[in-house]
Parts: sequence; C-alpha cells; structure tokens
Amino acid sequence: MISTLVLVAQETGNSWDLPANIAFGIISVIAIGGALRMVTTNNVVHAALYLLVVLASVAAIYILLGAEFTAVTQVLVYIGAILILLLFGVMLTRAKIGGDEELDYEQRWMGLGVSVLLFVVMAYSLWEEFGSDTRLVGYEPQRTAEVADSVFSTYIVPFEAVSVLLLAALIGAVVVARRD
Amino acid sequence: MNALLAVELGWAELPVKVAAALAVVLLPAGTTVYLYLFKMVSFMQSRLGPMEAGPYGSMQLLAEVGKNLQKEDIFPAKADRTIFALAPYVVLASTFLLVVIVPFGPDAGFASLDTGTFDVRQFDGVGVFYALAVSSISVVGILMAGWASASKYSLMGGLRAAGQLIAYELPLVLAVVGVVIQAGTLSLQGIVYSQINGEIFGFGGLGLPYILTQFVGFFIFMIAVQAELTQAPFDMPIAESELVSGYLTEYSGFRFLMFFIGEFATAAVFGFLASVLFLGGWAIPPFVMDIIGIDETSSWFNLIGPIVMVTKMLVLTFIIYWVRFTYPRFREDQLQKFAWKVLIPLSLINIAITGVLKVAF
Repeated sequence: MISTLVLVAQETGNSWDLPANIAFGIISVIAIGGALRMVTTNNVVHAALYLLVVLASVAAIYILLGAEFTAVTQVLVYIGAILILLLFGVMLTRAKIGGDEELDYEQRWMGLGVSVLLFVVMAYSLWEEFGSDTRLVGYEPQRTAEVADSVFSTYIVPFEAVSVLLLAALIGAVVVARRD
Repeated sequence: MNALLAVELGWAELPVKVAAALAVVLLPAGTTVYLYLFKMVSFMQSRLGPMEAGPYGSMQLLAEVGKNLQKEDIFPAKADRTIFALAPYVVLASTFLLVVIVPFGPDAGFASLDTGTFDVRQFDGVGVFYALAVSSISVVGILMAGWASASKYSLMGGLRAAGQLIAYELPLVLAVVGVVIQAGTLSLQGIVYSQINGEIFGFGGLGLPYILTQFVGFFIFMIAVQAELTQAPFDMPIAESELVSGYLTEYSGFRFLMFFIGEFATAAVFGFLASVLFLGGWAIPPFVMDIIGIDETSSWFNLIGPIVMVTKMLVLTFIIYWVRFTYPRFREDQLQKFAWKVLIPLSLINIAITGVLKVAF
C-alpha cells in the first residue's frame, strides 16, 4: 500500500510529496523516540524492546522507499534473529524487573560526541547530494529478481567474500565456545 | 460476478479488509478448536467431549470465550505491568501480519506484496519470504510474556520457547526454498499459478502440486510448523508437568484468550500457507476446470478459492492435531539435536538436489 503511495506521489509531481513525507515524518519520530529511550532507560529488557521499535521503524522506512526485499530482510534478520538472541542472552543473565540504578556508562559523553559527528557528516553529505528536493523521484518498487541478479552477477565477488568471512566467524565462535 | 468485484471501494476498502482479516483469523481458529481440540481428541480417547452446550456441544466455544472474558484480569504483584499487558498483542499481531499475505483466489486476498506486471504472469515480490519473516515476531511476544511475569516458571518457559523457535525457524525457511526454486518466484500467487500450469511427465490434468516433487520439503515444513506452534511433541515451553504452563502461567482471562486464539489461528494460517506452497492453493485440478469450463483466471475462483483453501487447511491442521495427540513430548536436548542434526542437513540436501534438477530439466 505504501509503495502505491509513493507511486501516487510521483504522478502528482509537485515538489512536496505529501503522503510520503507525512508517513516518513511519523516513522522517523517513532524511530528517534525509540532510540532516545533505548539509551536513557535503566532497564536492560526495556532497552532491548526500544531497540525493536527502532529496527521496525527502519524496516518501515525501507518499505516507504519501495525496497520491500530489504525491509523483509531487516525484519527476518534483525528482529527475528539478532534481537531475539539479544533478549535471550539478557534474560538468561541479568534481567531484573524494575530499574537497575547502576545501569550507566561513564563514557557516554564520548558516545554522544561520536553520534553527533556521524549525524553532521551524514546530514551534510545527504544535503550535498539531494539539496532541498523532498520528492522520492525515481524510487520505483524494487524487484526481488533484480536484487538477486545484481547480487549474483555484479557483486558476486564481495558476496562470496562476505560468505567466507561469516563462515570463518562461525567456526571461530564454535572454537571459542568449545569446552574441551 | 465481474461487476461485483469491479466495485471500487477506495478508502472504504480498509475497514472491509480489517473485518475480513478478523474473520479469517477467528473463524478457522474456532473451527479447528471445536473440531479437533474438543471433538477429535475426545473420540481418540474414547470419550464424548463437550455435549451439553448447543447441539453436539457446538456452542461450547462461545461458552469458553464468555468464561474467559468474564474472568478478572490479574497482574502478578511483581510483574512489569506494561510489558506483561503488551505481550499478547505482539503475538496476535504476528498472526494478523501472517494472514494478510495468503491468497484465497486470483483477486481474493488482503495484500499481495507482489511487484511486477500481472498481465504476462511475471510474478515477483517478497511473498513467502515476508510470511516467514513476520512469523518470527511472535517469539518476541513470548519472550516478553515470559520475562514480564516475574515468575521462574514463566521465564524458563519463555527461554525454552525462544530456543526452540529459533532452532526450527531455519528448517521452516529452508524447506520452502525448494518450492521457491521450482516455481521460480517468491510470490505466493505465482507459486499457485506455476502449480496449475505444471505437468506430471507431460500430463497436465492434475497440474503439479509440489507435494509430489517436494515431499521432503513438505515433511520438514510440517515438522517445523509443529515446533513453531509449540504443539506436542514439541510443547516443552508449556510443559505442564515441568513448568506449570510455561510463559502462560501468570496469564488469565482476556489476555490468556488472546494467546489461545493466537496459537490456534497461527496453526490455521500455517495450514493455509502449506496448502498454497505444496497442495496447489486455491486452485482445483485443471481437468476439473476443463469439465466445468473455467480457467484459472476466472473470477469464479474468488468464490471457490476460499472454500478449497479451507478444505485443504482442515486436512493439514488435522494432521497437526493428530500428531499432537499421538506422540509424547521430546526432551530438550533431543529437540535441539533433531533440528540441527537431522532437519537442517536434510533440507540443505533437498535444496541442492532441487537446484541441480531445476538446471538439468
């Protein structure tokens, strides 16, 4: 449905694509709110669940851009696997109900500095590239077959390299975790 | 028929679709609970089951729902109230997200998530990949329920559920890959059409239901579904003799009802998905189509399709509950071994063989 919104927005052709921009605004407010609460909450499980909100919002933005395959991959990998493993680990080890007052980190100012720096760099480069153009022009819904074609032809070498890297990491994890 | 379907609803389409999705989630869940959980299991155990409420006990379900709605909504004293309250909604949301992708006919469905042009039957999109992705969201709800209950039984149940669902997610996805390779598309609608147009050694009268070529995949898929639904013999997360009731221990009334509906509705939706992937979906065998004189693009299928789908779903859920009431529970280590050492290697071999045969033929 949202990709239809994007298409409708393209046809109207004015510089402000209202539906797409409203949707983007709502999603990004949710994402930023979730991210802020994730670093400020004093409960580990709550932090993990706020992370879920952020990851789901990113998936929603992918759908808004017509990149459905990427969005579904985001849900399958980040929510379906990584976040669940994270929750699993947190609940196995330290999962107090209610807050944990000592849950803080003294190097938070450095973290804040790095994230502000990252924001400035990304905002500057995006502004340089797109200027004040707020339309989503040229963003047609991405076809899964095209993703597969480019991964298995143009980007076959990086793809295989990443596969080997992941295999090495997997074997490494097994070696580290083995008792004998 | 065509005129009826051609009515443009515009924005009014949304409430209609919401009502239809509610029906598709609630009705199959109710039917399977009455038919299998109440009646079939009773006959298998040489008893009658519910007989008093309505003719042949058919109103028992309404009585159960009424009972659960009247119960007090209890929160444990030390529970994390917000997360405890939200958990059943997350589980049910996963079911609703799953049901929107299922096609019930050429045009009967909630959202196809297909891209590309339909006129030349070039199906593309995320289809079945989406279904597998959103089905894993329910694990988050189960973990939330287990943790927020502030009870050791709930936490153990939640952790067991998460471990089990992660382990069986893989064979579930890998079993589907064989079908996707054979159909050449991820789109569920495309998978249905390629089964209609398939041929068994040049004979097209039956189409080619992928259960015939992907029987290994079907077998693995049904086992993984059994585990994903935490039905016996995979019911360690709610093992009543060990964990009281696992992550459901502290839930009562309305919230328990939501978990219950979520469990049985998801079973039905997985039945729908399996019938699309392996049994030809909403289609009837092509030779029957020839006799009646309609083809697969006929809009009559928007009417016949749902009936065909429900029939196939009832057969598949029958198998799920038959297994559930027949086999004793696995042990936790047996369960993990079975997933990682049997099902996953088997499904990888299945993918390799399917790929080779696809290229060869």
